[in-house]
Amino acid sequence: MTMNRETFINCILGLALVIVPLIALGMDEPFIITLATKVAIFAMAGVGLNLVLGYGGLVSFGHAAFFGIGGYAAGILASHALNYEPIMTWPFEIEGTTQMIIIWIVALLASAIIALAIGAITLRTSGVYFIMITLAFAQMIYYFAISWPAYGGEDGLSIYVRNGFPGLNTLDPISYFALCAVMLGLAIAFSAVLIRSRFGLALQGARQNSQRMTAVGIAPFRIRLVAFVISAMITALAGALYADLNRFVSPSMMSWHMSGEIMVFVILGGVGRLFGPLAGAGLYIILEHLLGGVWEFWQLPLGVLLLIVVLFARGGLVGVLAGERKHV
Amino acid sequence: MSDTILSLSNITKQFGSLLASDSVTLDLRAGEIHALIGPNGAGKSTLIKQIAGEIKSDSGDIHFNGQHINALDAVQRSRMGLARTFQVSSLMPEFSVLQNVILARQSVSGKVFRFFRPVLSDKSLVEPAMAQLERVGLADRAEMRAADISHGERRQLEMAVALALEPRAFLLDEPMAGMGPEGSKRLTGFLDGLRAQAPILLVEHDMDAVFALADRISVLVYGRVIATGTVDDIRGNDDVKRAYLGEEA
Repeated sequence: MTMNRETFINCILGLALVIVPLIALGMDEPFIITLATKVAIFAMAGVGLNLVLGYGGLVSFGHAAFFGIGGYAAGILASHALNYEPIMTWPFEIEGTTQMIIIWIVALLASAIIALAIGAITLRTSGVYFIMITLAFAQMIYYFAISWPAYGGEDGLSIYVRNGFPGLNTLDPISYFALCAVMLGLAIAFSAVLIRSRFGLALQGARQNSQRMTAVGIAPFRIRLVAFVISAMITALAGALYADLNRFVSPSMMSWHMSGEIMVFVILGGVGRLFGPLAGAGLYIILEHLLGGVWEFWQLPLGVLLLIVVLFARGGLVGVLAGERKHV
Repeated sequence: MSDTILSLSNITKQFGSLLASDSVTLDLRAGEIHALIGPNGAGKSTLIKQIAGEIKSDSGDIHFNGQHINALDAVQRSRMGLARTFQVSSLMPEFSVLQNVILARQSVSGKVFRFFRPVLSDKSLVEPAMAQLERVGLADRAEMRAADISHGERRQLEMAVALALEPRAFLLDEPMAGMGPEGSKRLTGFLDGLRAQAPILLVEHDMDAVFALADRISVLVYGRVIATGTVDDIRGNDDVKRAYLGEEA
């Protein structure tokens, strides 16, 4: 079987993500390893959003909320553990933890519950209304985080020691990168399976033609709601990793700027393309650090680039490189 | 009547001052093709939408398979076995031809929330979907994007999707629209055999097809059924001649 062009591009993108930090390791440039880790995490947040934005056609402008919920799951659990204060003592005692696996489970559960509530309301709208209502919910959660003094409020919350993962020294940059890259790989693999499944077909159908969906007897609402929840969970997991990368979490992770950035990763890289978010996050970080180093208005060319992509290259970077898809 | 599959009684729908359906009463019996004809703007498509559940009627009752279905929405009616095609092809343009039919099969199987197994390697979906494509003569287009096939082929795909739903009644909204004479003739032959599988409520402007196929014809003018009867009844009906067939008859 010959490899199609998109698969080839995807392999290159994946390889680049792995090779760059390995070279940086050889050259003793830990900062570049950290940047690559950031790319992997941002890409993962984008993979989550891409599920609803790319495959479901639902423009969520509130995914930073889930990114932040993941971040706060890490920050709150770690701060309790490090200060030896239980999170609650009644009716039963719950301790904090510095174990990433437990933190991730909490992040997944918390984001799923909140996404279920937000989705159940927002998915009754569409188009611009959906964009604005998801934004409004995210802003509500953002202001809640700012005004909640128990966990640092506006100042955020420091995680003094990066949380642990069994058998791994998470403080070692390349080890932590490897962990994040594997998580990204799993998220992409999961998306790939999902979009080819019955559920995935229905989700992509709902994006294209809701009249037809109705006529074949499938109600789009529940399909979209489940997709919204899964999408939020993936983005929340990325948020937990991001808080641990920075060893810091603050409300800015939930701000609408962050929602916009996650959207930029997806759009720049390729809406509805499996590796689009990785391409987009990579390009974004490269631009930020190459251009940002020499010119403080680096976001200006980014804006122009985004405009070009939206106007002329709907498939984003991956679309330009791999060409149009045959069918979904 | 026991062999009545679908019955409308006094269906009314008003849009502002326009009476789109004016106490329409008609039924669809097992094994028949019941054609619904009428000049443009008579309210034929509106009536189809009311039967399919896309538009809520102001008053009147719809029974399907012995059940009162007024309260059911379009998704539920489709799942009960009411399959409709659209006047303007309404498909999933980015799906392959095969995926379009598979989506319908998924709905019939009742299992949509399956997250892992790839659809295209699921024989229980692919095989019946391919069978319907073969029936309408689209099997060799299975891998093409629905957006890339010809207009006539899109009409055939609409039929394949409806067939895949294994319905108890078909609502066909101008299936011949935009087809060449050759295609119309082929589709006429196909629909002729289809009535044995499930009865068809056929909205159609192609009078050759209607007269060739219909067991009964209802004539809709300004939202009212002015006549129902066999082909000969309708041909000989003076009201119909005046209102509709005027020049042709």
